[in-house]
Amino acid sequence: MKYLLLKHYRGGPDPVMDEMPPMDRWTPEEVDAHIGYMRDFAARLEGTGEYVDGQALAPDGAFVRYGGEGKAPVVDGPFAETKDLIAGWMIIDVESWDRAVELAGELSASPGPGGEPIHEWLEVRPFLTAPPTISE
Amino acid sequence: MNDAQLRELVPAVIAILVRRGADFASAEDAVQEALVSALASWPENPPRDPKGWLITTAWRKALDEFRAGSSRRERELAVHAEPPPGPVADADDTLQLYFLCAHPSLPPASAVALTLRAVCGLTTEQIAAAYFVPEATMAQRISRAKRRIAGQPLDQGGDLGTVLRVLYLLFNEGYGGDVDLAAEAIRVTRQLAALADEPEVSGLLALMLLHQARRASRTGPGGRLVPLDEQDRASWDTALIAEGVGLLQAALARDRLGQYQAQAAIAALHADAPAPEETDWVQIVEWYDELVRLADSPVVRLNRAVAVGEADGPRAGLAAIAELDPDLPRYAAVAAHLYERARDLPRAADLYAEAARTATSAAERDHCVRQAARVRQSIPGG
Repeated sequence: MKYLLLKHYRGGPDPVMDEMPPMDRWTPEEVDAHIGYMRDFAARLEGTGEYVDGQALAPDGAFVRYGGEGKAPVVDGPFAETKDLIAGWMIIDVESWDRAVELAGELSASPGPGGEPIHEWLEVRPFLTAPPTISE
Repeated sequence: MNDAQLRELVPAVIAILVRRGADFASAEDAVQEALVSALASWPENPPRDPKGWLITTAWRKALDEFRAGSSRRERELAVHAEPPPGPVADADDTLQLYFLCAHPSLPPASAVALTLRAVCGLTTEQIAAAYFVPEATMAQRISRAKRRIAGQPLDQGGDLGTVLRVLYLLFNEGYGGDVDLAAEAIRVTRQLAALADEPEVSGLLALMLLHQARRASRTGPGGRLVPLDEQDRASWDTALIAEGVGLLQAALARDRLGQYQAQAAIAALHADAPAPEETDWVQIVEWYDELVRLADSPVVRLNRAVAVGEADGPRAGLAAIAELDPDLPRYAAVAAHLYERARDLPRAADLYAEAARTATSAAERDHCVRQAARVRQSIPGG
């Protein structure tokens, strides 16, 4: 089963990351440890055959929607300090929901200032699959 | 025969099919199919005459396609069935193929994809993997590109300038799966240099070789970006540097300067410095002045400002960026570097943080965050 892990760098049910200083105020060693943790995590999942894809996202973007016949699309943003900031995503292919939750928990434990886990929220969303061939 | 040698045959075989009367799009498809068969069957069963095998197999596939095709296509074939009058040199046909793939009517990404297939002889699967898109998407991009240039005679493609721009793009993008696009760019630019004796082709080849020589030292443990002044210069590839410098000197001696020769000259001056502090920044600024004259752009001016900052001090560099648009890519990173050298550390740290926010690659973003963290730590009492 495939799951999307959305990394909410800011936002989520109880925005813990708001308390944390931004990364450029960490020490260079803390920055390296954080980046290294995420790289190793992806490499480990490749090793277990559970990794599908992952990308980092630039923070700046905008909301866009259809503006009506013959009109330009409506664009809202970019927002300098949005409450919810998705830093990236990862797709995993795992045996169960429980395994997806376990891995999301591990990814959220990437180290921050003082080497402490940052506790960032990860949103875990199952992919809808193709319908089965046998239907009865 | 290895894969690279096999790929080298592709443009000439396409050109031969076109000369026999196939249109470019069908010839290119037929050769691609023959190439995929060759990759599958040759390791077990290598032919005695690889080029002959490719021509025969591709021609047969093209004929099958014509027979299966509509009557409209048969009429088209009939129009082209007569070989063009007069002797046509093989090398010229191949060169025209380069021009066609870099046709000015094609968007850059399509021109690059088409060049990778018809000139570099890569399979659609390999090209798709290199650009991280599904194979069907890449196949569509290539067929749309071919439809766009359909009906263009082989001798009315782009010009050398558009070909060089496409190869430059290909080299600069350099990433991608199992296929080393930068190495492919170097390989076909070498072929182009053999076909077209022009100083700018040598200039581009020299530029590629000089950057390729430093490529391994640009990446540290875990893929982190290593800036030029921190690179291990002992690990630079001296053979590539020597070749690049030799090509550049021969090109410059012909006294027809162009933007690639100027860029190669800058790369050569960096390659020539045994240590960062021995870099001849004054001469580098002079080459940037040439580059502004030859191919002015905000990016060139930003890079020139970095060199001015090194040659005449950070204040001069800051004065040079003052006239540029702060929204330019890498502007914040350059400004941060100059402010750090001018000992305005809080401002430098803020600018590095901004550079991280606006970075267009993960490696660049991580590098800028690390720089911001480093500078902030060095602020006394900060």
